[in-house]
Amino acid sequence: MGRAVLTEKIGIPGIRGFDVYRSNGGYRNAEKALKEMTPADVGKEVTKSGLRGRGGAGFPTGLKWSFLDRKSDKPKYLICNADESEPGTFKDRYLMEHLPHLLIEGIIISSYALGVKSCYIYVRGEFKYIIAILQKAIGEAYQNKMLGQNILGTNFSLDIFLHPGGGAYICGEETALLESLEGKRGNPRIKPPFPAFRGLYNCPTMVNNVETLAAVAPIIGMGGNTYASIGIGKSTGTKLMSACGNINKPGVYEIDLGLPVEDFLYSEEYCGGIKNGKYLKAVVPGGSSVPVLPADLIVHTQKGDKRLLSYESLAEGGFETGSMLGSGGFIVYDEDACMVRNTWNFTRFYRHESCGQCSPCREGTAWMEPILRRIEEGKGKKKEIDLLVSIADKIEGNTICPFGDAAAWPVSSAIRHFRKEFEFHVEHPDIVKNINHGSLIRYI
Amino acid sequence: MSGMIDHHLHIKENKPVAFSDATLEKIGVIISHYPEGQQKSALLPVLHIAQQELGGYLSVDVMDRVASLLNIQPVEVYEVATFYTMFHLEPVGKYVIEVCQTGPCAICGGEQILEHLEKSLGINVGETTPDGIFTLKTVECLGACGTAPVMQVNTEFHESLTAEKIDRIIGDLKEKSNGKTSEVRWAELF
Ligand SMILES: Cc1cc2nc3c(=O)[nH]c(=O)nc-3n(C[C@H](O)[C@H](O)[C@H](O)COP(=O)(O)O)c2cc1C
Ligand code: SF4
Ligand code: FES
Repeated sequence: MGRAVLTEKIGIPGIRGFDVYRSNGGYRNAEKALKEMTPADVGKEVTKSGLRGRGGAGFPTGLKWSFLDRKSDKPKYLICNADESEPGTFKDRYLMEHLPHLLIEGIIISSYALGVKSCYIYVRGEFKYIIAILQKAIGEAYQNKMLGQNILGTNFSLDIFLHPGGGAYICGEETALLESLEGKRGNPRIKPPFPAFRGLYNCPTMVNNVETLAAVAPIIGMGGNTYASIGIGKSTGTKLMSACGNINKPGVYEIDLGLPVEDFLYSEEYCGGIKNGKYLKAVVPGGSSVPVLPADLIVHTQKGDKRLLSYESLAEGGFETGSMLGSGGFIVYDEDACMVRNTWNFTRFYRHESCGQCSPCREGTAWMEPILRRIEEGKGKKKEIDLLVSIADKIEGNTICPFGDAAAWPVSSAIRHFRKEFEFHVEHPDIVKNINHGSLIRYI
Repeated sequence: MSGMIDHHLHIKENKPVAFSDATLEKIGVIISHYPEGQQKSALLPVLHIAQQELGGYLSVDVMDRVASLLNIQPVEVYEVATFYTMFHLEPVGKYVIEVCQTGPCAICGGEQILEHLEKSLGINVGETTPDGIFTLKTVECLGACGTAPVMQVNTEFHESLTAEKIDRIIGDLKEKSNGKTSEVRWAELF
């Protein structure tokens, strides 16, 4: 049974409003941090908690915070990354829709720890109704002196501003986000310098994901050690998983890290099994950018251990037989799903979303997409399967930002695990061209 | 990037562009959210407002007006407007229907939803109905994959779509098409 650390209050009627949130223990953790702890104490608890960035990379948050250039005399900024556009991911939306004040509370505590006086929440522009919910909550927080000057009577002051995006996946990448926030095209910056030294307006900047910042509030409440006792190994605490695709119960679930994938997939509490009684074919466990795994390798590792929902277990076996937890966007494919079609679909996405700055990414995605399309339509050649692998290899690691890797991995992993399906498309054009929507090959 | 090929700007028509006083006041509030001298940061929110309040798309005249409001060069506005998919550079219908076609929606029937819309509106993707009411577009993942298939009508989400549900939505929109849209105003969000 999963613990509700982030989602504890989610079922309370009216919890979106300040008064209900406050009267149910809300903002008590902010009170504790601001009144009883020093900023350094807060940072220490976050380090002890073992919390890792929930935006996808899984980097330890306490360590990341320690990099912020505190000695600088420039203003320091906190950016809440609410761009949420990794296909398969819809957990931040859920958190912001239902518990806007939890996010604000987490931002207050984090800003206090980081010595920040201005925070921008960068929300993808398509989430207009979420922006409305957040704006209302921020207004209530100001009215109740939880934001603005001298919060809770302390000498800590903080402003939060909302900033809408314009529809561009790449603006989720933190340096592209900063460019976008400065009113420019979302072209990622070359690192170093890292945002912790030179970020927004060249000032020290911390970029954290919505779920990461929200988790800071309960961590202060329960203490870093208690949070770290949840989970498994270096995957501490709970994680929001957004499950979608061919399952009975798509949705957002809070799990203790370390939950076996099999339980997550098949128990009634979570995904409720594969839809229409079909077989499982494959899973992309952490958003479209992470490698796809076939049924046997998502449920068990190559060694035969149960595969767990943790950073380490999902990565076990490297890219040969493993994948990544990523953003927790868990996409499930049943026996009818066509892996060629899905790979083409994802590559079309990356081609469309590439910012175009680096040739390997811009040209590589623009080569892979039509090749995949040809193969899907039964017009491909066998040697093009290896050509795809070679293009993907040449993109990976050769670009300014990790988008290049994200575009390469779905292709190389799909061919690694489902090569026969690609070959079938090439060898049986007569069969393939007569099907419209890829529901042919039963290959599990 | 592939979409960029059709991102060309139209000729400047020198049409007068006027924001209302209330909107100008809001734009002032938005600019105040950023440090002194960083008013360019207000560009995305102001473009959203401009698109919604000044004709549904960003004409060169509208973009030039935004540039002068923010005290930046027009080209700084053009390069941003062409980068982000939410900005339309050509006239669109009153209701812009954007159907998600990314993986998770695609395996849950998103492609069939698109075909159904093409048939019932009688137009192809990228086109506007002759009466100027609907424009049909495709978009990438809208962050709502758990309730796939998904579409937006002018940034309003419609989820767990079926053919019947779509017929109802289109019917309702047609009925209301003479009145005002119920859409939230961007300017009210700041
Ligand atoms: C192409 C790309 C897209 C990304 N999209 C998002 C996103 O939508 N939301 C997010 O929080 N992080 C996203 N990230 C990760 C951010 O760059 C950054 O690592 C993260 O916001 C840091 O927050 P965290 O340490 O709390 O995870 C993306 C990264 C890349 C390379
Ligand atoms: S890897 Fe792709 S998205 Fe990232 S900077 Fe290069 S071209 Fe842009
Ligand atoms: S794939 Fe359509 S909303 Fe995510």
